[in-house]
Amino acid sequence: MMMAAASQPTTSATTDVLPYTIVIGLEVHVQLLTRTKLFCGCSTAFGAAPNTQTCPVCLGLPGSLPVMNHEAFILAVRAAKALSCRIAEFTKWDRKHYFYPDLPKGYQISQFDLPFSSDGKLLVCDSKGRFAPRTVGIVRVHLEEDAGKSIHDESTGCADSRIDLNRTGVPLMEIVTQPDLRSPQEARAWLNELKLLLVYLKVSDCNMQEGSLRVDANINLHIPLPDGRIAKTPIVEIKNVNSFRSVERALLYEASRQWDEFNHTHAEIGSSPKQTRGWDDPAGVTRAQRHKEESSDYRYFPEPDLVPVTVSETELSLMTSAQGETPALLRSRLESQWSISAYDADVLVNQGIAFVGYFERLATILSDGKSASNWMQQDVMRMLNENTVAIESFPVRAEGLAALIAQVSSGAFDTSRARDIFSEMVKTGRSAAEVAASMGIADVGDDELMSLCRELVACNPKIVADVKGGKEQAAAGLLGQAKKKNPNVNPGKVRQLCLELIRAM
Amino acid sequence: MHPGDMSACEIAGAVARGDISAFECTQAALSRIDRLNGSINAFLHIDAEGAIASARSIDSRRARGESLGPLAGVPIAIKDVLCTRNVPTTCASKMLKDFRPPYDAFVVERLRTSDAVIVGKTNMDEFAMGGSNENSAFGPVRNPWDLSRAPGGSSGGSAACVAAGMSPIALGSDTGGSIRQPAGLCGITGLKPTYGRVSRRGLIAFASSLDQVGPMARSAADCALVLETIAGHDPGDSTSLKADVPPYSRLLEESLAGVRIGRVAAHFTEGLNPEVARAVDEAFAVFRAAGATIHDIEMPHARWGVPTYYLVAPCEASSNLARYDGVHFGHRTDTAQILASHAADRTQKNNIDSDQADSTLVEMYRKSRAEGFGSEVKRRIMLGTYALSAGYYDAYYLKALKVRRLIRQDYLNAFEKVDLIGGPVSATAAFPLGEKTGDPLSMYLVDLYTVTANLAGVGGISFPCGLSASGLPLGFQLQSPALAEPLLLRAADRFQRITDWHQRRPHLEGTLQQP
Ligand SMILES: [Zn+2]
Repeated sequence: MMMAAASQPTTSATTDVLPYTIVIGLEVHVQLLTRTKLFCGCSTAFGAAPNTQTCPVCLGLPGSLPVMNHEAFILAVRAAKALSCRIAEFTKWDRKHYFYPDLPKGYQISQFDLPFSSDGKLLVCDSKGRFAPRTVGIVRVHLEEDAGKSIHDESTGCADSRIDLNRTGVPLMEIVTQPDLRSPQEARAWLNELKLLLVYLKVSDCNMQEGSLRVDANINLHIPLPDGRIAKTPIVEIKNVNSFRSVERALLYEASRQWDEFNHTHAEIGSSPKQTRGWDDPAGVTRAQRHKEESSDYRYFPEPDLVPVTVSETELSLMTSAQGETPALLRSRLESQWSISAYDADVLVNQGIAFVGYFERLATILSDGKSASNWMQQDVMRMLNENTVAIESFPVRAEGLAALIAQVSSGAFDTSRARDIFSEMVKTGRSAAEVAASMGIADVGDDELMSLCRELVACNPKIVADVKGGKEQAAAGLLGQAKKKNPNVNPGKVRQLCLELIRAM
Repeated sequence: MHPGDMSACEIAGAVARGDISAFECTQAALSRIDRLNGSINAFLHIDAEGAIASARSIDSRRARGESLGPLAGVPIAIKDVLCTRNVPTTCASKMLKDFRPPYDAFVVERLRTSDAVIVGKTNMDEFAMGGSNENSAFGPVRNPWDLSRAPGGSSGGSAACVAAGMSPIALGSDTGGSIRQPAGLCGITGLKPTYGRVSRRGLIAFASSLDQVGPMARSAADCALVLETIAGHDPGDSTSLKADVPPYSRLLEESLAGVRIGRVAAHFTEGLNPEVARAVDEAFAVFRAAGATIHDIEMPHARWGVPTYYLVAPCEASSNLARYDGVHFGHRTDTAQILASHAADRTQKNNIDSDQADSTLVEMYRKSRAEGFGSEVKRRIMLGTYALSAGYYDAYYLKALKVRRLIRQDYLNAFEKVDLIGGPVSATAAFPLGEKTGDPLSMYLVDLYTVTANLAGVGGISFPCGLSASGLPLGFQLQSPALAEPLLLRAADRFQRITDWHQRRPHLEGTLQQP
């Protein structure tokens, strides 16, 4: 995972050699995994025909009234608790006004001055040690409804715009961080950790392609000046970033752009308003976006159609009682319970909760976390990738894989043969024993093996001479021949036996 | 008795017994509407077909021996701010001229299941903004007592309809006095329930934290009957109250002995017409004679009611009316014209740039709203937008909310000493059409005695308590603590058992235009 934007002359992967500090804060919008919208009963399913998932409420028809979806509130509270936020006893809704065709009411129901939660944090560590663990403060987490989607059709030549309101009213949770991140790499890693957490808690599927997770990044530079003062560059908000990789690239680009700009203009924060720039992924640059006059004053005021939400301690504990293990807690538990390294625990946890479930079943049957972890990381992950299948629908159950690994440990097959068997198990869904039988793989008897080795030694005087001359690695030449004569022999055993025979000559 | 002169209670009873058919009652109402509406302009839409169909269905169900709802066969008019399924619902605005909602308002659903017969949609001030009904895009309503005068507003069509006997009952909505003030000026009884007592689902919002639907009728007893039907919790309105609905019409019997009624001295100082003052004081005397006690109370912040109201209501209105932008529904300006003029502007350019596209959109917004809204609606949208803007919010909206809390506290303090508060509804009897249209501030003051009940969310009822020298009705207002509608209705009903002001009728026949 090296920086794609390393072509930028003034950036480098290690921030401590830069002549400035990068300061980054993030605003993340996450769609909650509810069946219905935030204030009406319409479905939130993705991909339906345009405007088929609408009703008078989300269309904003005159006379319609919103009613809060309690399920959305519970999911949001679960996420906020996992982010160590303080949950407000009293929270209200506000209207945020602006005119846009994909906003049928002319306002968005959001939360302004009394969000349901605030003052949280989320720690991000890098298992490869590329940056020191970073605790990122969370200013607030609030709930709001999504707007619709404008589809600008340029094909007709008259710039027609079409509106799909299926997304209008879908519950969004907005997470605003403190400007605590210090490198684009940290920002990407932190976003990965946030996504993992929300997916583990089943709060969101965080699918960026479907718009379930959207990121805006705020960045500026703190530049130490010769006189000891710190100059701060104007804050830029980067929008339209469609992947975490793009967030990292955009931030790298923006840091170097701000540095270049500062060297030309010496413009500092306060001299100009916050600028919004869009990320152009193919071009690899950020571009200034037009300032929208309409959006400058949202005229927030309390939503009179909804009642404030009050949450008691009892309700709070009920809401969060069903909460799953967070990735951070899971990592440390795996480390201690299965005696695996922090790095291994990280790799396993990053694969998702179902993957960890498989690992734990395998490790339990084998009573060996290390071996289970190795098989998961090498063979299971390879099979998942090769077959583009999710662990949930993986055809080989942990019990079946455990049986195979047990035979490897007992010396029945060598690892490479076991991989062939495993691959066949995945393809056919059959057990290790069935596959071994169908492939004609059987344990080669000791006598059979001995006569094969005798034959090999007799037919290869050059190799024998080399080995006797001290070049033991020359014995490898015998293994290929052994495989040809009998594909089922254990190469390790052949090697050992042949060496013994040669030494005895 | 002619069904047009019967009360809702009488009609429902007679229809249930089979003394009269729902069809006869409906025909009587429709023919009176047909005869009078040309002069009064109380209706924006008359649903004769729908009304006759539901009357026939009620009659045939009765013939089959099925039980009927409590408002069986009672003709009712609905203020055009309430959504009626597939029936035009315009808010008396050009903006919603062609709007046919795909749903009924909660209260309309309730009326249908109680077998009331909806005869049509009544005229009003555009989006319920106004106190004279002169802000309708479809012409003013005329007061049946004097066709040169305003009926009050904003529920002027509903008030005039009931006063002229076009239907015995109507629904109105009250944001700052819009039920009580026209009821007072038209000599009928109008109830603004406690905020949240009646669901607002399907009520097209003017100021959501103040709006409340309520009955308008010729008597408190009829109001009680209608409130029984429309009150109650609606899961579809988060602000509707979960409190049980008492059987209001069966709670009218108890006497007023020991009931304490507050009288606010400040109501009688400046601006109150002496005729009104005298009629109101005579009404207090009636209550005293009925066993109630009268107590002087103070409402120290009431004088800030109108300015507070004219910040809170326009702020909410500016937001609620943002949706009428010509994009999804409502009036849209002639976009072909905009596009043509833009096409002419860019003959040199090959394609449209995004700045250009946005300005087309903004121009569409501007023109649609400029053409669709009347001037009072525009004035309030501008007031509200201004007051909510960055830099003004604290000085206007937030301060108004603080005063609103003080006014609510005034009521709480008062209701520790008294059970009800009595006083005038309006400072004068019905004023001539056109008298206040040039002076918005004088028009805003017509809400002087009514707005505080909306700001505090308490209940209020107005009913006739006299006639002016020129023969115009004068109104009395009672206000109660939240959810004390049983007492409010009982007191008004007691007054109507003692007096006959509510039975006076305008002399219409001589003054009507011939159709
Ligand atoms: Zn919907």
